[in-house]
Parts: sequence; C-alpha cells; structure tokens
Amino acid sequence: MMGFSRAQTVAFWLMVAAIMIAPAILYPVFLMKVMCFALFACAFNLLIGYVGLGSFGHAAFFGMGAYITAYTAKAWGWTPELAILAGGAVGGLLGLLFGWLAIRRQGIYFAMITLALAQMNYFLCTQWDFTGGEDGIQGVPRGELFGLISLRSDLAMYAVVAVVFIGCFLLIHRIVHSPFGQVLKAIRENEPRATSLGYRTDDYKLVVFVLSAAIAGIAGGMKSLVFGIATLTDVNFPMSGEVILMALVGGMGTIFGPVVGAAVVITMQNYLAPFGAWVTVTQGVIFILCVMAFRRGVIGEIAARRRIAL
Amino acid sequence: MMMIFGIPAPLLFGQLLLGVVNGAFYALMSLGLAIIFGMLNIVNFAHGAVFMLGAFTAWGLLNYAGIGYWWALLLAPLIVGAFGVVLERLFISKLYKLDHLYGLLLTFGLALVIEGLVRNFYGSSGLPYRIPKELQGAQDLGFMMMPNYRGWVVIAAAVVCLVTWLVIEKTSIGAKLRAATENAPLVQSFGINVPLMITLTYGAGVALAAFAGVLAAPIYSVNPNMGANFIIVVFAVVVIGGMGSILGSIVTGFGLGIVEGLTRVFYPEGSATVIFVVMVVVLLARPAGLFGRAQ
Repeated sequence: MMGFSRAQTVAFWLMVAAIMIAPAILYPVFLMKVMCFALFACAFNLLIGYVGLGSFGHAAFFGMGAYITAYTAKAWGWTPELAILAGGAVGGLLGLLFGWLAIRRQGIYFAMITLALAQMNYFLCTQWDFTGGEDGIQGVPRGELFGLISLRSDLAMYAVVAVVFIGCFLLIHRIVHSPFGQVLKAIRENEPRATSLGYRTDDYKLVVFVLSAAIAGIAGGMKSLVFGIATLTDVNFPMSGEVILMALVGGMGTIFGPVVGAAVVITMQNYLAPFGAWVTVTQGVIFILCVMAFRRGVIGEIAARRRIAL
Repeated sequence: MMMIFGIPAPLLFGQLLLGVVNGAFYALMSLGLAIIFGMLNIVNFAHGAVFMLGAFTAWGLLNYAGIGYWWALLLAPLIVGAFGVVLERLFISKLYKLDHLYGLLLTFGLALVIEGLVRNFYGSSGLPYRIPKELQGAQDLGFMMMPNYRGWVVIAAAVVCLVTWLVIEKTSIGAKLRAATENAPLVQSFGINVPLMITLTYGAGVALAAFAGVLAAPIYSVNPNMGANFIIVVFAVVVIGGMGSILGSIVTGFGLGIVEGLTRVFYPEGSATVIFVVMVVVLLARPAGLFGRAQ
C-alpha cells in the first residue's frame, strides 16, 4: 500500500488501531498533544532523517503555525480547517525564507543558522502586537469544522487531529518514497555525487525544507486549537530541542520513529512535570545516552535487529 | 550638553561602552568555540553552560571558601577547564568518527544537564556577586563616566584574546596545534600526542568560556540561564565571522558588540535582533563568513 513494505503496513494499521482505541483508555487531550508533537517530529525527521539537514530552529515554524491559527480563529473567526491551513501556509513561507538563507551553508553552520534565525523570530514574537507578548493568544475557540460540526467536545476535536495526523503522516511517507525522495536520500548519502549526476541539490533541499516547515506549522496550528492557546513557549528554543529529542529517541530516518519518540517524550514530561527542572536534566541525560549508545533510536533499533525497514 | 547626531554624548558613549563590554564576551566565547571547532571538529553547544559554570564557580568560591574575585579569575577557569577535560574524555572523544551533528547533539544534552542541575540547586532567580573593591567606582573621562569594572572587563578580555592569538600563531605549541588541525595523522606520526592535545584544547576552550563567566559575574546576575540565551547570539557571531580564523573571531566579536550598542541608541527595538540581521546580510553577501574560507 502506497509504497509501504509489509512490516510498515502492519505497523501503520497497528498505529491506526491504537489511535482509534486509545481515547477509550487514555485522556483524549493528552493523546491529541502526542499526535500534534508526533506530526511536528515527523516533519523535523523529514529533514534530518532523509536529507541529513539538522535544523535547530524548527520551533519557529511550529510556533508561528500556532500563532497564526490561533489569531485567525480568534480575531477573524476563521473555521478550524482554514485556520490550520493558514498556520501551515505561514509556517511554509517562513520555511522558504529560513531555508533560502540557511541552505547557503552546510552541516554545522546550517544548524547554527537555523537556530539563530529562530531566535530572531522569537525576539520578534515578543515585540509584535498580534502575538500578545508574554500573555500569548488565549481562549482560542475550536470553532465549527467547515462551519458545521462543533469541535467543542474533545472527541470531535480528537477525530480531526487524528485525520490530519494520519493524512500528513501518509504524505510524508509518500514524499520519502517518491522519486523526489530518492534524490533526497542521494543528497544525504553523498551530495557531491548527487550534484555531479545533474541534480540541483540546493533546490531539492529548499523544497523539502518548505514542506517540513509547513507540516510543522500545521502541527503547531492544531496544538493551539486543542489547548486554545499559543504562547512564546511554542516559538522558543527549548521547543526546537524537544523535537530533536523526539526524533532521536524514536529513531531518525525511520518513518515511525518520531511518533514513538513523541509519545515517549510527552509521557515523560507529564510524569516528571511536578519535579520542575528535573525534566530538563532527564532530557539532557536521554540526549547523552542516545548519542553515546543508542543512535538508532527505539524504532531504528527494532528495525535493525529484525532487518526490516520501519 | 554635547550632542552627537541629536543624541546626548554621555548616552551615546555609555551605550557604546556597554557594546564593547558585550563584544568582549562575544570575542572570548567565539574564540573558544573556534579553537574547539578547529581541533575537535565539533560545535560546543555546552559553551554557554560552561560560561555559566564559570560564574557559579566564582560565586561558590567566594561563598563557600571565602576566595575572592582575583583568585576566582584564575581558579574558576582551571576548575571548569578540568571539568571540560573530564567531559571530553568520557563523552566527546567517543564521537570523533561520527557525523558532526552528533557532537552538537551530545553537547546540547550536556548543556541541558548542567543547566538543569544548577537550576535545581540554586533556583533561577539569580545570585548577587559584588564588584571587587579595587574596581568599584568610576572614572570621569570628560565626555562620559566610565565605571572602572567595565573598563577592566574590556582590557582583561582584550589581553586574554591577544595572548591566546599569540600562543596559537607564534609559539611552537601553537604551530603543532595548527598542524594537527590541518592533518592530525601526519602530526601524530611525528611523535606528537594528538589525542592529548585534543583533550587539552577542549579544556582550554572551556576555560576561556569560564573566564568570561567570571568576568560577567559582577555585571550580570549569576543565574542558571545566563549562558543559554547568550550562546545562540554567539553562534550567530560565529556564523558571521566564520570559524576558520582566530583573529577573525576576536575582531567580529568586538565589532558586533559595538554594532549592538549603537543599535541600542538609535533604534532600541532592534537591539535584540540586530546581530541576527547582520548574520542574514553576511549570509547573502559572503556565505562563507567575513573571515571564513570557502569550502
């Protein structure tokens, strides 16, 4: 199905089943949070896992998506689907700008440039009026889907988040397994060779950067509708760090890894929340452990042991 | 009162001095990053965290051991540098064969742990650290008042930067270091202990950041987050200057501090973002950085 291998098909249907059954057992808002961040992590992974571009500024796209969705839904009364699309569009535009600048440099510099641009965006967000400064945008209405179906109940919202998540997940999978995706992998493995084969590698990188940013914007937009709030936390640097951690824990360059990674990281945050700064310490320790001994991540490790692609 | 471009002179020069002080910190920090990058090929994300550790060590020396500022200026970089050596041996040295990105991720994790632990024990409100009494007060320069301590920071940072540059460019140790940066296996085959050199380089880079931290302690309040936001600006400085040149990082550091100070006078809203804007302009005009070599 859609270029899925057999193992991936099984894993995909397991994931869909889990999404359908889980709200009966677990708190739907928590699950929606996991799905929003899983989508965010998948978008990030599209860059680092399949093109080898390490962006340290992805919070900018996520956070701007959150702000734009929240603003259009609250101030202009846009319906949720339009508000989310607007979030994704602005995330993509911002990605176009960042990507256009950052792709001029490679490797370490690329990481530092995206980080610095995101920080600049953060400072601008503290000054712009529409972001609400320190207060953020609060009380964002979930509204009515297509102007018809109220999303006020958590289950209705859950259904929307699940559909968008699965849709974007399939889209990312499609991108990775398209001829375009093959070129991306070629760039990751050996960029000079891809160039010598006649591919304009910078154009490919820019396109995928914009796609990743747009999906991150959609993830951020959904998050702001779920919680009814968009704040500076969403655009700030620690958010970029968290999404890196999710991809790393789950397995960079695997299609299901970021989803598992997001579930692990969000669950951990929930349980460790009462301990304040220990969350940061734990995240740091996990970073170190993963880099030192567990570079393939949970899903990458399973895939490598069983010799399958996941 | 004397006016320059419609701005009162004392205000202009005061902000300019603040800019030079910030520039001194940018120079010390980006210098350390450049040295570490040259030798280890990793970008040390923990640089902000060790900057903060330097300030905290100075505070700890004073409050637990009664050791004052001047000794702290010597001891804190040594202590934090030794800590850096341990980190390099335990963690970073295991990653040299991998993609650069893992070095960045690892040092990012180290920064989270260090900052999180310090926040757990000391809270995030900040601790006071007094200016040593020899440097209290201010000088009247005629056109402005200059606080003695600020003047001292600029001089101390400039001297340390200059000494570091001389050591690297003019001594035999520096020559070996530069050779090992170019071609480590060849240098090793001449019987020079390159792994030891790498370890000590990391320690030295970290010690520079800690030295900056001690200098910063009386100016900024000593708090766990003092390095975290700072390091991102320093990264922008490094992108602007390019990490290939030692002198380049010093010049860029001071220069950008001054640019930031001037922005604070003429367009205060832009002071937080001006360095990033400069970075964008440099990326458009000279992608390799002002002093960088094209790859």
